[in-house]
Amino acid sequence: MNFKQKYVFLFPGLFVLIGILIFPIIFVVRLSLSGWNSYNGLNFIGLENYIRLFTDDPRFWESFFRLSFLSVTTVILQYVIGFALAHMVWKDIKFQRFFRVLFLIPMMTTPVIMTVIWRTFFHESLGPVNDILSNFGMSPKWLTDPVLAKVTVIIVEVWQWTPFMFLLLLAGLLSLPKEPFLAAAIDGASPVRKFLYVTFPLMAPISIGAIIIRLIEASKIMDTVYVLTSGGPGTSTETSSFYIFIKGLREFQMGYAASMSFTYLIIMIISLTVIAKVLTKLMLKD
Amino acid sequence: MKIIKTCLTAVISSVLMFSPMAYADKWGDQFPHIKATGDIAGDCSYEEMSKKNYKGKTLKINTHAVPVIGQPTALHAEQFAKLTGAKVDVTHTPAGDLYAKAMVPFKAGQAPYDIVFGFSNFINDWKRYLAPVPKKYMNSTEMKDVTKSHIGVSSWDGTMYQYPVDGDRHYLKYRKDVIDNPEMQKKYKADTGKELRVPRTWKEYGEMAKYFNGWDWDGDGEKEYGSAEVMKKDDLMFAAFFSRSVAYAKNPRTPGGFFFDLDTMKPNINNPGFVEALGDWVEATKYVPPGGINFGLGDEIGSFGGGQTLFSFSWDDAFIAAMQDDSPIKNKVGAAPLPGADRVWNRTSNSWENQYNQAPYIVWGWAVGVAKKSKVKDMAFDYLCFFSNGANHQADLAIGNFGVNPFKNSDFDPNIYINTMGWDADIANSYTKTLLDMEKSKNRVFPLRVPGVFEFTSAVATGTSKALAGQLSPQEALDEVAKEWEAIVQRVGKKAVQDAYAVGVKMEDNKL
Repeated sequence: MNFKQKYVFLFPGLFVLIGILIFPIIFVVRLSLSGWNSYNGLNFIGLENYIRLFTDDPRFWESFFRLSFLSVTTVILQYVIGFALAHMVWKDIKFQRFFRVLFLIPMMTTPVIMTVIWRTFFHESLGPVNDILSNFGMSPKWLTDPVLAKVTVIIVEVWQWTPFMFLLLLAGLLSLPKEPFLAAAIDGASPVRKFLYVTFPLMAPISIGAIIIRLIEASKIMDTVYVLTSGGPGTSTETSSFYIFIKGLREFQMGYAASMSFTYLIIMIISLTVIAKVLTKLMLKD
Repeated sequence: MKIIKTCLTAVISSVLMFSPMAYADKWGDQFPHIKATGDIAGDCSYEEMSKKNYKGKTLKINTHAVPVIGQPTALHAEQFAKLTGAKVDVTHTPAGDLYAKAMVPFKAGQAPYDIVFGFSNFINDWKRYLAPVPKKYMNSTEMKDVTKSHIGVSSWDGTMYQYPVDGDRHYLKYRKDVIDNPEMQKKYKADTGKELRVPRTWKEYGEMAKYFNGWDWDGDGEKEYGSAEVMKKDDLMFAAFFSRSVAYAKNPRTPGGFFFDLDTMKPNINNPGFVEALGDWVEATKYVPPGGINFGLGDEIGSFGGGQTLFSFSWDDAFIAAMQDDSPIKNKVGAAPLPGADRVWNRTSNSWENQYNQAPYIVWGWAVGVAKKSKVKDMAFDYLCFFSNGANHQADLAIGNFGVNPFKNSDFDPNIYINTMGWDADIANSYTKTLLDMEKSKNRVFPLRVPGVFEFTSAVATGTSKALAGQLSPQEALDEVAKEWEAIVQRVGKKAVQDAYAVGVKMEDNKL
């Protein structure tokens, strides 16, 4: 095979890469330097959008910090619950297969449809949750109280995506070597010590991978917010991606939305790299 | 001679009397939707459409999600296809995405849809990409019946770009069985010292709504509440806010702009009139049903239409839903103009005028246009003309969640509602009178129709929702909106916004 033919075989992959990754990023950068909206075309306006973003748009930064809070909280909860469930069905228990499938069901459902169902559950006057709680004299404002609305978003996200964490962690547990556990058993280690000094350290590399994947996904949270609260009440559940959606596809400020998207991408690359390093340092210190 | 004349008259009368009936039955049998009226003669009637042949052609429509406007679009598409042989593809899109779904391909020079549904306030942004309505349709029998204000709403500087299929305005809906009930009136008087009547002002509205909030006043075993309103952020809430603002901020003695001062383009949105209205609205969060500050239009329709609240105000849909045969409160509701205020802000003298003021808000209706780049424009306009023909329109009006509301002069005849929909005569009369009075009013507010309109309304939704959630005070929230509006005017270009806004101001100042 001569040198040129190799390039011919490379071309389809390269073409797809350029088409679906390189071109959109370059286009977003170009778009972010324009004032493209419903009344202007792809005119070049330099760094105007970025200057506006960094000096005159506190809403973007508020939504970013809100997103950070929501994604970190949901991922921690997903990790803890997912690990507990995976640990439970890793052992020989009755109906092990049934539970393994049962815990995966939320992830198999369509997020938007499930969020609509959750919205119905949490509906403050017609929903079953408050109907039950009213028997105990409680009627929480699940969707209209700024703090509780965040809790509701977290509940839905944790319900939907804990199975993903469960799946990865269960796969990790099943692939662990048996020897360290046998050694711990011979030494007479209690179940807690076995978990803390054997299972958890051995699971660290998989845990870091699972947490990072979920953090990337959680930082794009959009459908849950869109369906459940529309970012409200006020702006109390508005996240970066939802805010970018409003600016870009509701208000049609495409140029400005592109500058927010690109800034957000850079921030996410940096922050996730730092988080991965910190996690590696913390969890793999030995 | 006399006998011949009598016989001839009888024969002609019979022909005139019975042929339309036979004609009506023919189409009414095939299309159950128009069973009540049968076909109604006109340029775009079933009879006329059946003469067209669009076999082999495809019409692509982007419309709203089912049911509001999406359902009638799909239904009439199916009927149109049956009559003409055309293939009609209907895509349903959520309300918030209608603008962008058309705008993105428009900006890219494409026309994936021949017909695009949206709101009439999109007109300024969309008109460059829409084909003007041809003369043939402008002169059609159907179009001649459209009210002057809805011709205005669908047109830009005399050219019609949006085909009228719906007519919207906000008005007050109330529970007649409570407000007109002598026992309730006595109880209310005894408890509050005030008269129970159709509220004349927003303050009265609030007092009554608060009084009737959270107890079972209709004896159905369920708690009822004061008011159902569209308060969900980004779900048309800005329109509800403007409805509450017009009484305080639309002063007939200060022409030249409700939203902006037309001369300077300084926003009026944070003047004391608007702030007072937002203060009332924040107060309203105390008398809406649980979860009411997250109510979108669908929730509002369901809440009032299902008998959960005393009051509601917005489009016709909640009223029509309440008057449908399956409604628990059929013939128990009334229509009235939006409440007014005992004082109105004068932005010229910068002071309150202590006199009663009321102003109708015409809002906007569903609007629809044909893409300039469409290759089947004739078929597209035929479809739209058929959509709103006499028979379809009357049948659509009777279905609350269809979202089709009166916009033709003939719609204001109360007999339509009494005879074909089974409404009580006094309700039908109050309904048509309310709508007709809005048409005649000289103090109306029309929707903001300027370039980048979505940026302006989105800023209002964000600001007011922050006030409703208690994140900001009404004044702080509207100051934030005003600042954003000023920035948008700068970004879009003051002249462009001013020129476009001048057209709307002309309508409001009764100069167009």
